[in-house]
Amino acid sequence: MQPGIIAQVLVTVYFIAFLAVEKQPLIIGMLGLAVIATLAAYWMGWLALVNRSFADREDVLVPSAIVAALAVAAFFHDNHFVLLLIVTILLYTLATLGLNIQFGYAGVLNFAAASFFGIGAYTSAVLNARTNLPHLLVLLLGGVLAALIGSLLLLPVLRTRGHYAALVTIAFALLLKAFLEVNDVLGGPQGLQVEGMKIGGWSFNDNIEIGHIEVSFYMNYFVLSLALLAGAFVLSRRLERSWIGLNLDALRLDETAASCFGLDVARWKITAFTLGNFLIGIAGALFGMVGGFVAPNNYTFADSLILVSILLLGGIGNPWGLVVATGIVVVLPEKLQTLQEYRFLLYSLMVIAVLLFRPEGLLPRPARNYFPGWRP
Amino acid sequence: MDIGLLAQYIMNGLMVGMMYALVAVGFTLFFGVLDVIQFAHGDVLTVGAFAALMTFAGLHAAGLGSGSILVIAMVVVSVFTMAGLGMVIGRYMVLPLRTAPALNTLLITLMLGTVLRESVRLFYPQGANPKPFPALLPASSISIGNFNLRLDNAMMLAAGVLVIAGVELLLNRTKLGLAIRAVAQDEETARTMGINFRAIVLIAFAVGSALAAIAGVMNGFYYNEINFGMGLYLGVVGFAAAIIGGLGSIYGAILGGFLFAALQTIGTVALPFGSAYKDVFAFAVVIILMAWRPTGLVREKISERV
Repeated sequence: MQPGIIAQVLVTVYFIAFLAVEKQPLIIGMLGLAVIATLAAYWMGWLALVNRSFADREDVLVPSAIVAALAVAAFFHDNHFVLLLIVTILLYTLATLGLNIQFGYAGVLNFAAASFFGIGAYTSAVLNARTNLPHLLVLLLGGVLAALIGSLLLLPVLRTRGHYAALVTIAFALLLKAFLEVNDVLGGPQGLQVEGMKIGGWSFNDNIEIGHIEVSFYMNYFVLSLALLAGAFVLSRRLERSWIGLNLDALRLDETAASCFGLDVARWKITAFTLGNFLIGIAGALFGMVGGFVAPNNYTFADSLILVSILLLGGIGNPWGLVVATGIVVVLPEKLQTLQEYRFLLYSLMVIAVLLFRPEGLLPRPARNYFPGWRP
Repeated sequence: MDIGLLAQYIMNGLMVGMMYALVAVGFTLFFGVLDVIQFAHGDVLTVGAFAALMTFAGLHAAGLGSGSILVIAMVVVSVFTMAGLGMVIGRYMVLPLRTAPALNTLLITLMLGTVLRESVRLFYPQGANPKPFPALLPASSISIGNFNLRLDNAMMLAAGVLVIAGVELLLNRTKLGLAIRAVAQDEETARTMGINFRAIVLIAFAVGSALAAIAGVMNGFYYNEINFGMGLYLGVVGFAAAIIGGLGSIYGAILGGFLFAALQTIGTVALPFGSAYKDVFAFAVVIILMAWRPTGLVREKISERV
């Protein structure tokens, strides 16, 4: 039995229970339990085992994770709120996977992730309302547009490094929000409505009835998001394991050395930045349709920082860590209503603590695995 | 365009430029002594402005003080608390991460900025809304043709010049300044010469943050309004100004600050929709300048830092 599978089962059961409870004291109690259990697992060395198993046996663990996600969704099949929450987790994970390619693999800073997410969402708002393009194509275009607008930043990002590149993306995040707020065509500060997804004649915004069981319409979005996420996950893992990933790692660790060994620094930075923005844009486009509404205030610099926080909490470069961290970051303020207002503050403090005491994140990225399952 | 209106624009540009320059000098100081960018600097400015407002509210409620005493009290409290905050940030956030990758310093100060910003928003009474800032400076003005020279603006400008001159004196004419410059030039040599590295770094952080506090109070008096997000804007623009100036010298930073204000004023006047898209234009200028001259307008011999 793989330790990874056991961990997945435990997490899934815990997650279902956590989503099901409503009483605030009970939620706090469960949180405490999770913290203690995680610490205990850490001291016993189980966490490292699980992490190793996730790195080695992805062939088993990806399908089982999908099964786990389906199990959670099936349990809450008629609950709009919880399903929306799960869809949010999936799409945020998709976005942070994109950010991870930029930040975690290639070391290209991007503090405007929420802006690219917003570009995707606005794309679906405008295209769904003004054109008859098939909505799956709109998703793709959301990603393409995010990548294209992102390529405007390529020159300054390529010519600069570190703090300077950070400044460029921060300036872009502030620019985009200011632009959306004053632009009347895009709805100004009030934002725009987004039409729901339709594929063929099948509207995603209608509830489903299977026999006597009523299923929330969010299940449509859930299935699509899960498929997208699974695809992106496998893609990003393949990328990481391939020679491209090796190049990106070299680039992140030492740009000068990488270019001495003949790596085209600009080429790989462009690849990582564009691919990352593409994934973020797709996630944003679908998220716009799920929420049915876009406004500049949802895509601020603070939201970009939350996406970066997810990355740091989960452990930069480790996609599995991202899933866990996104779950924590999205679900926590929704279940503990008192936290909702304080979430930016809380996450910033969490990240500061992580940086000071455990800079590699909760689930650190394991050493590169050239041959899965092989050990010297 | 007539001369009076032009003079008005120049005056506004100078005021805004002074604030940018003060922030940019802070960034330059931090970068000088420690080779780090303190991204929470803009939010220190916000906290400084709110500290001044709190001082005013407190004294006003107690019925103490007339106009000028209030202003002095506000500035003094703001400057000293922010100097303290700057030292705390340097001591507990930046110095412990010296051996870690530079990225971590960047992230920790960014997150700290968020903490400060959010704390103001959440814990200041109705902090999410813009707060009126008391107009305590003399409101009278001298009219020369179309040009209306407001006395308070002239006073603030003069105060800004004095502050910058003071920093310049401190850096170039005192032993402390010599120590700061020595640390900036070569940390190890400075240490072997018996300079207390940590103390100098903390003093630089205190001075830089105090400048941010002054800029914050100035911003409050100029616009008669402050809000929790203003530091983010001023921080980004101030950092860009420091970079335009080359991020190595105080003069470069001051020059960058005024240059940026000039660009912004010209943009607002000359472009159609200039005023509506004012912020968009400002940030676009930041991005374009970074793409064009990432090492700053003042060319340096070494461009390793980019």
